This record gives sequence, structure tokens and C-alpha cells, in this order.
Amino acid sequence: MKTRKMVLLLVLPLLLFPFYLGAAGQREKGKEGEAKAAEIVFFNFSAAPVAGHQEDMKKLVDIFEEQNRGIDVKLETAPFSEYFTKLQTLIAGGLAPDVFELNYENFVNYASKGVLLDMSSLADSDSTFTSDIFYPRAYNAFNYKGMQLGLPESFSTVVLFYNKDLFDQAGVGYPKEDWTWEEAIVAAKKITNREKGIWGLNSGIQFWEFYKKVAQNGGSLFNEEKTEVTIDAPENVEALEMMVSLVKEHGVMPSEAERGGVPDEELFKSGKLAMYVSGIWMFDVFKALPFSWDIQVEPGMKRKATHFFANAVSIFAATRHRDAAWKWARFLTSSPEMAKIRIETGWELPALTNKEYLKGYLEKSPPQNRDVVFKSLEYAIVPPVIERQNEMQDIINQAIEHVSLGKLSPKEALAQADAKVEKLLK
Amino acid sequence: MIVGEKGIRKHLWIAVFLLPSLIGLGLFKLLPILCSMVLTLFRWDLLTPPQFVFMQNFNNLIADEVFWSSLAHTLYYIAGYVPMVIVVGLALALVMNQRLKGVVIFRTAYFIPVVSSWAAVALLWKWIFNPRFGLLNYILGLIGIYGPSWIFDPLWAMPAIIITSVWKDLGFIMTLFLAGLQGIPEIYYDAASIDGAGSVRKFFAVTVPLLSPTTFFALTISLIHSFQVFDQVWIMTQGGPAGATAVLVEQIYKNATAYNRMGYASALSWVLFLLVFSVTGLQMIIQRKWVHYD
Repeated sequence: MKTRKMVLLLVLPLLLFPFYLGAAGQREKGKEGEAKAAEIVFFNFSAAPVAGHQEDMKKLVDIFEEQNRGIDVKLETAPFSEYFTKLQTLIAGGLAPDVFELNYENFVNYASKGVLLDMSSLADSDSTFTSDIFYPRAYNAFNYKGMQLGLPESFSTVVLFYNKDLFDQAGVGYPKEDWTWEEAIVAAKKITNREKGIWGLNSGIQFWEFYKKVAQNGGSLFNEEKTEVTIDAPENVEALEMMVSLVKEHGVMPSEAERGGVPDEELFKSGKLAMYVSGIWMFDVFKALPFSWDIQVEPGMKRKATHFFANAVSIFAATRHRDAAWKWARFLTSSPEMAKIRIETGWELPALTNKEYLKGYLEKSPPQNRDVVFKSLEYAIVPPVIERQNEMQDIINQAIEHVSLGKLSPKEALAQADAKVEKLLK
Repeated sequence: MIVGEKGIRKHLWIAVFLLPSLIGLGLFKLLPILCSMVLTLFRWDLLTPPQFVFMQNFNNLIADEVFWSSLAHTLYYIAGYVPMVIVVGLALALVMNQRLKGVVIFRTAYFIPVVSSWAAVALLWKWIFNPRFGLLNYILGLIGIYGPSWIFDPLWAMPAIIITSVWKDLGFIMTLFLAGLQGIPEIYYDAASIDGAGSVRKFFAVTVPLLSPTTFFALTISLIHSFQVFDQVWIMTQGGPAGATAVLVEQIYKNATAYNRMGYASALSWVLFLLVFSVTGLQMIIQRKWVHYD
């Protein structure tokens, strides 16, 4: 008798377990039944609390739900640094969100794994949609082997920030659009004042800057088809030599140790840095600095090349709510309401060509020279992406680090990196 | 209820009460451990279904120079950390074992780093080691030494991490030795005095052998612990500069979360387990030669 009671006690919670799940499911079903709602989960990083725009994203959801009765958008958020680990785990665990954000580098990875929905047919059958409204470069960036696997949600470019006061004090003319790095170095040398701790120039010595400088010097890290590694090509060695010469030969940029862990933007904010390469997302951060500053197109080498970062909205391939997911993705990337809120709140820029939206943006100041944001688009390049992206980046970063520490010459370091990356392609 | 029960019934009751923690242990410890064992034979990027590759992960591991260099860095860390934490910990315990005024305050002070979180400690030392604004190079500067760049210099980054780790774990080792020292009966020292032994002789002939079970325990614990070095590395250097502090657990973490190589990361974890297991086993064998239990 007692044994039976005991076994029951043991087994009962386990027996009840499916009911817990069932109850949770029931609740959702009940809701769906009442309002005939399709609930879609939208996972994102751009509205993470650290980014400071979660209220704006909620506003967008409210507007969308108002316009599309019966669709319920549930927001889930993670900061960028944890976002992709979480997304992978969600997909691996069978709990994939219906719609989610991807940046370009990760987009290629996810696209090649076949977890993204091809939106082409949804786009074709939607008579109110046309892809002409997007910047072609941004729209096509998310076309993978003829499939449209994402819609461009936002973009940003990288420009040269400069401290006008430091230029004036040293009696040097402001940076010009057609500058090369040589001209920038000449100006930086005049402004650098080690005693006062003032540096002329800062352009990071890492993977992101490297592939861009390589493009500026007419090189590339891979061949077009990404089947051959060309990391140690002479143009690339030259580009890396130029990058480290800022610290070593010209002494216009602080080394890691000289900087003592102070980030670039802090140096710029404290008025100790005359020129600095960074993204337009810094406008908001620099809005109330005690000195005047402006922006210019980044200097080039043989030609100009600038960073272009785009985020996409993609739909999970096996979503149960295709149409609802498409409507949300379309709203979030192309609606006037979205464009208005993004620009008003200084969130990233919508990838839409309609100049109407940008009026307010261009009139704002600082910086005065906001045209540069769009001029930079003309020289925009996308990052080189391979399947084993993070490993490739780590290898190249380590090679670059060896060079800036003086352990290897640019030629040796890049030759080693070349051999290592070659193994990743197999 | 248990009191009156016998045999299988009694055991069942025990099982009922243990159930909550057993479920936790099974779900969050045992199951992942078993899964990782199976995963060592697969290639899995989390996004597509796992592929069976048999021993491929282990073959890759043997051919992977990053694995060997991270193993070398881990051994370097151990070689610096373990002797230092044992010797300094023992020295500190000897001092703290004296009847000094306010000794309790000092004992507490040395134990504070042990209970502090690694994140806080690592950030503190990251600042101390800062070549420009840090405390250490400032003090070195006062006595006329131009300090190295520490965590920004491949040569000095690992020593910096060793120093940080020793500082944090010192209190723990010290407490172990204190307990051991207080367990040595005074009469042995008295007897040694009568035989004419000085304090040095007493230390090596009485303290060291009678302390050997404690020493063995401290050694084993800190060795196992140091194979798993990660938090301080991840916060202070992230394996840099130029890979100089890339250690085994950091490689596991990177392969699992950044490189999407779950199978390879699992294989690394099991290799690490076997390493720790065999080193500990070896210690158990060698201890018969030098540990005295009476």
C-alpha cells in the first residue's frame, strides 16, 4: 500500500509534465482562437537596451499591429555581443524566431546553411511591394545565389571624423574629399604633440581596417569566387605597411601600450585626437562635444574604399506564419513610419533612396558636412566573407598584431596568415 | 517515515527526497557531459543537423597547431602558478599562524580576493597592469624601473595573469595550510627543541612532513584548477596579445561559440578531461612516496 503511494508520488510530477507544456500551449491556442492572431517572434539586436532604442522599436510594433489587425509581433532582444550565440542556440533547439536581424557577415553564413526563407515569391505576389525603393547595393547584398534571403533594414558608413579646433591651432587646412593617406599623414605630423598627448590620426590596426585598406590599394583577400586566398599579395603587404607606419615610422598614432587601453572615441572626445576613422553611429555620442568637429570621406590609397555595414531582416525558412512574417519584414524595412522614427531618433539610417525621408537628417548638425555619409556610399565595399569567418578574422587579426608588436614583418605575417586561411577553405 | 521503513522502501524514500537535486544534476550536468561525449564523433555547426565523422575531430586536433600552442600556454601558466601559490601560500600561513595582534584582520583581508568574483578581480588587475595609467608601473617608476607593457606585451602577458591568479587564490591556499599547521601537535616541536633543533631544522623535519597531506591536497586542487584557467584570461587579454595567452579552455569556448564547431569543442573538452584525470591519477600514485598520514 505504502509502496504504491510512494511510487505515485515519484511518478506523478513526471506524469504531469506534459500537462505543463500542454497548458502553456493551450494558453497560446486560446489567444489565437479569440483574435485569430498569428503570433510572430522577432529577434533583434538593434533594439537591445544597450542600444537605447527599445522604446522606438515598441512604437514600430504598435503602429504595425494597428495596421495589421490579427498579427501579434512579440519582441525578443539580445545585445549584439551575445546575439548570434543565442540565435544559433534557438535554431538548434527548434525554437527559431520567425523573423530575425542579421548583419552582413553572419547573413552569408546563415544563407549558406539554408535556414533562411527565400522571399522572392512573397515579394512577387505582393503587389504593393517593389525593390526599387532600396539602395540597390544594400538590397543586392542580401541576395544569395539568386534567392532574396533578407531585406535591408538599415545601413551605416564609416567616415573620417576631425577635430576642427586642433586643425586651426596647428594652422593646417581641413581634410579634403580627394585626400590620400599621404596627405593625411603630413597634416597629422603637424598636429601631433607628444608632450601634450595630442595625436594626429587614428585608424585601427585590425581586420576591419585591413580589408578596407587592401581594397584602397587595389588588392583583395580572396579571388572573386572565394576559392583562392590572396592575403599575401604585394598590394596587401603594402597596405599593411602603410597601416603600421602610422604608429612606427610617422608616430602620429598611439600604440596599444601608449594608449593604455583608452578607446579611440574617448581620445577623440577628450580633444586629444585630430583625425579618427569611425562609423556614423558616433554622431549621437559626439553631439555635445566642447570643440567643433566635422566629417570627411575617408582618405584612400590608389583609390577610395569605405566601409558599408548593413543589417538585414530575414525570415526563418520553416516559419509557420510566412505571410505575417513577410508583412512585418516589409514594414520594418520600407515603411515611411519606420523611416521617420529611425531618422528622428538617430537610430541607424533606413536603406531607402527616397530623399524626402532624409531631409531632417541632412539639416541636423554636427556634423555639418552630412552629405559625406552618402558620398561615402559611392566607394562602399562589403567585407570578405567565407564560411569559417570568425576563424579567418582571428587568424588575420593575430598576424596584424604580430606586425604591430614588431615580431614579424608585414610580408612574413601575411604569408603565414595566407597559409592558415587556405586550410579553412577546404 | 524513513525510520520505520526497511530495505527497498527506505531507499525509495531517500530517492524521493533527493529527486529535486538529482533532476538538476542530471539535466544540467550529466546530460550535457554525455551529449558532449557523443558530440566528439560529430561535426555540428548548430544550424544544420550533426554529421557523423568518427575520429575526425581528434585527428584535426592533433594536426592543429593552435591546440598545441594553447596546451603549451596552459602548461606555462601551471608551471608559474602552482609552485608560486603553494610556496607563497605556505609562507603566508606560517606568518598568519603567529600570535600577532590583529592577525584575524589580516587573515580576513587575504581571504577577500577568494570570495570576490573573477570579473571584478580581473578588471582591477587590468588597471594595475595598465602600462600608462596603472599602479604597478607607477610604483616601479618611483624606484627607477621602467616597467614593461604587461598585458600588451606577449612576453609579459602570461606572467601578469599568473600574478593575478596567485593573488586571488592565495587566501584559499593559506587557509588550507593554516588548518594543517594548527593540526600539528605542539609536543613534536617541544621534542625537537629538546633534541637541539633550530627553527629551520624544525620547519623541515617536523612541519614539512606533518603538513604533507595538506600540501598534497592543495597541490591537487590547484593543479586541477589551473588546467581550467579561463575567466581571468578572457577578461584581461582574450588570449592576446598575438595569442600569447591563448589557453585550452579559451580554445574550447571560441570553437563552441564563435567558430560553430561544437564537435571539435567537445573533443577539446574531453582531451582536457583526460589530461586532468591522468595528471591527478599520477599524483595519487606519486603521493605514496612523500605524503605522511601520521
